[in-house]
Amino acid sequence: MNVPANLRYAESHEWILVEGDTGTVGITDHAQAELTDIVFAEPPVLGKSLRAGDVAAVIESVKVASDIYSPVTGEVLARNEAIEHSPALLNTDPFGAGWIFKIRLTNPAELDALKDPAAYRAQIEE
Amino acid sequence: MRTPLYEAHLAAGGRMVDFSGWEMPVQYSGILDEHQSVRESAGVFDVSHMGEFFVSGPGSVAWLDGLLTNKVASLKPGNAHYSLLLNERGGVIDDLLVYRLGAEEFLLVVNASMIEEDAGWMKGRLGEGVVFENRSAEFAALAVQGPASGKVFEKLFGCPMPEDRNRVLEIEEGFVVTTGYTGEKGFEWVFPSAEAPCAWRQVLESGVKPCGLGARDTLRLEKCYPLNGSDLSPDHTPLEAGLGFFVDFTKPDFVGKEALVAQKAAGVPRRLSALEGIGKSPPLRPHYPVFVHGVRVAETTSGAHSPSLGRGIAMAYLPVEFSQPGQEVEIEVRGKKFRACVRKKPLYQKAP
Repeated sequence: MNVPANLRYAESHEWILVEGDTGTVGITDHAQAELTDIVFAEPPVLGKSLRAGDVAAVIESVKVASDIYSPVTGEVLARNEAIEHSPALLNTDPFGAGWIFKIRLTNPAELDALKDPAAYRAQIEE
Repeated sequence: MRTPLYEAHLAAGGRMVDFSGWEMPVQYSGILDEHQSVRESAGVFDVSHMGEFFVSGPGSVAWLDGLLTNKVASLKPGNAHYSLLLNERGGVIDDLLVYRLGAEEFLLVVNASMIEEDAGWMKGRLGEGVVFENRSAEFAALAVQGPASGKVFEKLFGCPMPEDRNRVLEIEEGFVVTTGYTGEKGFEWVFPSAEAPCAWRQVLESGVKPCGLGARDTLRLEKCYPLNGSDLSPDHTPLEAGLGFFVDFTKPDFVGKEALVAQKAAGVPRRLSALEGIGKSPPLRPHYPVFVHGVRVAETTSGAHSPSLGRGIAMAYLPVEFSQPGQEVEIEVRGKKFRACVRKKPLYQKAP
């Protein structure tokens, strides 16, 4: 299972890539494999304020609907419209073209509460 | 509970879920992939959890005709038909397949979740000259479905698959019938439980893809085949469910007939209708509220993402005035309303 080294991870299987005060959020390879065929995605609206742990987006596989939580507090800067048209991107490229939204971090200290790749790998390999 | 193929499912990568008390595979390679295999080539489903009742004796035809909606007396030996077991109110207890094995010998295949209830209901009304045996635990079953299933049939049984649906063949220690729940050509094979691992291996070796309950649900819903416990219930009659074709009103009597006759005369208040999402449509699920002109009129009984149509599909008991194809409705998904349309059944039809 792919767990890129440059990301931080939430226990609920979201990843965040931090560049300056901007975070890009998506779901992990493990999450997409568990959810299987993703057929619907609804990224958050632009400008929405989210607190860490808030429901940010919904994705649905053939099997089940899943809430996607924001790993950090901030304001939604961008939403990936490509996944609305091609939800399968979440399966085929979860760390790349399948990103869900970008957020402006208001409290970067929250990143410390997230898991590093080793800790996340340990969680999914339990 | 586990079928005799539990270990085989794990070995084939099956993800197991609970299905009315049974640990069954929901998928192996993925629901979309399995769905497509059945539509385009062939897939196999473990249906060992389903129940097998044997009915025999000189009184069996009259007894079954008094309990079931379809007419057993006109079913020829070597054939099978779909039928319903109703309560006195005309509500559906279960839907089942009746195989006529001989003049006075029948096999009934019933839903897994209903084995005990059906058996109790039937034994409680046992007729003269009828032997009823619930032998569900002794049998396993596989459903092979898809356009390529004829080749698999030939390989397994050394003869061509009957062209017609609902043909029953007795084979060594088992039965094969050309039926299914996917809308594709295929057959269901019922055999003693001990044979299950061998039968499963033989089917997989002939190039058939193992398929789980997930694909079984999307395949049947595209064809609008009802699922008991979801689309069928003791509170809805077969007339409301659009299954009037399987009710023979010419029979002198059967349990529930009086209620159905009365409903027919008064007019059916609701109809189980097929719904398809319009535009951007999330997968639909059971128990989503359905609205017409902003008024809640029903909830979905089944729902899914249709792999063939690429949209959400569902069924719901709509008030008859809103059940015509073309009627627009709204379906609420997580507090948001999405447009959908009543369609003629089935929702999916193979291009000729």
